[in-house]
Amino acid sequence: MSANVEVKVSTKRIKSFAKHILKYWQLYLMLVIPIAYYVVFRYLPMFGNMIAFRKYYAGGSIFGDRFVGLRYFKQFISDRSFWRAFKNTLVLNIGYLIVRFPLTLIFALLINEIRNLHWKKFVQTVSYLPHFISVVIMCGMIKELVSTSGPINQAIVHFGGDKISFISEASWFPTIFISSGVWQSVGWGTILYLAAMSNINPSLYEAAAVDGAGHFMRVWHVTIPSILPTITTLLILDIGGLVGSGAAFEKVYLLYNPMIYETADIISTYVFRMGISGKNFSYATAIGLFEGIINLILLSIANLASRKLTDSSLW
Amino acid sequence: MATNTKKVPLKVKENTGYRIFLVINFLIMLFVVLVTLYPFVYLVSQSFTSEKAIIRGEAGIIPKGFNIDTYKYVLRGEFLHYYRNTIVYTLIGTILSLVFSSLLAYPMAKSELKFNRVLTPFIIFTMYFGGTLISNYILIVNGLKLKNTVAAFILPMMISTYYVILMKSFFQSIPKDLEEAGEIDGLSKFGVFIRICLPLSKPILATMTLFYSVMYWNNWYQAFLYLNKKQWPVAYYLQTIIRGVGAKEGDGDATSVSANIKSCAMVLTVLPIICVYPIIQKYYVQGMMLGGVKE
Repeated sequence: MSANVEVKVSTKRIKSFAKHILKYWQLYLMLVIPIAYYVVFRYLPMFGNMIAFRKYYAGGSIFGDRFVGLRYFKQFISDRSFWRAFKNTLVLNIGYLIVRFPLTLIFALLINEIRNLHWKKFVQTVSYLPHFISVVIMCGMIKELVSTSGPINQAIVHFGGDKISFISEASWFPTIFISSGVWQSVGWGTILYLAAMSNINPSLYEAAAVDGAGHFMRVWHVTIPSILPTITTLLILDIGGLVGSGAAFEKVYLLYNPMIYETADIISTYVFRMGISGKNFSYATAIGLFEGIINLILLSIANLASRKLTDSSLW
Repeated sequence: MATNTKKVPLKVKENTGYRIFLVINFLIMLFVVLVTLYPFVYLVSQSFTSEKAIIRGEAGIIPKGFNIDTYKYVLRGEFLHYYRNTIVYTLIGTILSLVFSSLLAYPMAKSELKFNRVLTPFIIFTMYFGGTLISNYILIVNGLKLKNTVAAFILPMMISTYYVILMKSFFQSIPKDLEEAGEIDGLSKFGVFIRICLPLSKPILATMTLFYSVMYWNNWYQAFLYLNKKQWPVAYYLQTIIRGVGAKEGDGDATSVSANIKSCAMVLTVLPIICVYPIIQKYYVQGMMLGGVKE
């Protein structure tokens, strides 16, 4: 009996499935190329990470030819250059986050206070602009500005100091990295905050005013709590990316040189040098995979914490 | 955007404090604007400065020995060839990106599509985990054998998951009644997408056009890995100028190219973006906001 019912249920399912496909086949057809794209260009490389455990020969299978276990992982764990890159990645990311995150929030709050709408729009337009500039041009600008004949050194000489060769002194790299990052992304970063602020119900401000709250009190008690979910989400994303060095790769690669590896070499640039320049493909992939997995774990933890604390999360 | 436009009675004391704040706020904003624009002004000035003045270290905000020789020199050389490459790549790439991103985003926006329960995580997961630098390189060079083809430049970045999510949020905001009315009028599912959804999606399509074309215009990395010298886009050619002739990437700079030529090439490369960008600003701000406050 029960078998009979099961058969009935499953035929019913098949029928409704066929109906569904018949109704929506055009939508499914639209998806064919994009899904194929994701399989080839996103998932194949993901499985290609396998060569971290398998010896890869140039020209051989893209998934490697011979299983070698954790050999490459053991190798890089005792590689001092790897740990230097790991440390630099953390230091640069944390430093950048600590400077950029509050600045973005403060800048958004200040923009929100501008009364003259034309001036407000102008400030926004100008501050978003650096976001669209190619990293090649930004690094070119940085090099011009900090070069020994550039305006910063001219100013130093003007005030009686000695010229500094910023680009070849390791101690200056974090400063250059962080300040150029602030220049490029603080303005753009305000967009999501401003969007959240524009969604605040004006009656909340009126109620606060009736209760005797002054202007700054209203910002503190109405604006900030209203945008707290946005702040949390953005903070999660940033914390999840603290070990990630992919986003910074291009900038560091275009700015650094062997003289400043001490502070400038990050995981992705090290992976690049080992893998693509040095042809140690499997070794470099092991490092890259290690970074990717730590990143994923960090992001999951941050996401969980945010869901527990504020009810807003990425997934 | 203006949250405090309504006049609310304030104490007099608070008012003076607030006025002082407004003045300080204005000064801060002025400072931000000047700092943001300074590097651009400096580059433009340097591109008009004579080489002699640059060697003497006299470059500043106002060009010394104003001349347009640098521009004449740069525009006579191979620069234009690379510029043309970039225009072609940007056009082809942006069209492909727009087509396939919307083909993906539209079905994803349909909650009645059962497959989405599998599809959405499948797509979103790639934002958080993926191939390493190396496995991507191996796929293009050894797996697909695309080295020295324009496809190697365009395909790896053709669909951006983040942008697909933005588009999906926009498509979801289109009223269902409109699409149902289209179906009653005899349009197929695909017809509804083309005739009803897309015409209503101009803001997001404009935003995506800007984002994707800037992405292609600025890209040097794929070119550096996969293209030969003839195929370079201007961004990578520019990088070789900045780096100096004979120097290898990542090894620091040779100083064989003078600063006015570097500046001039940078100005010419960034110019289209600076010209187009303010015009479509209102679209991409809308687009970003939609993505940010979705659901």
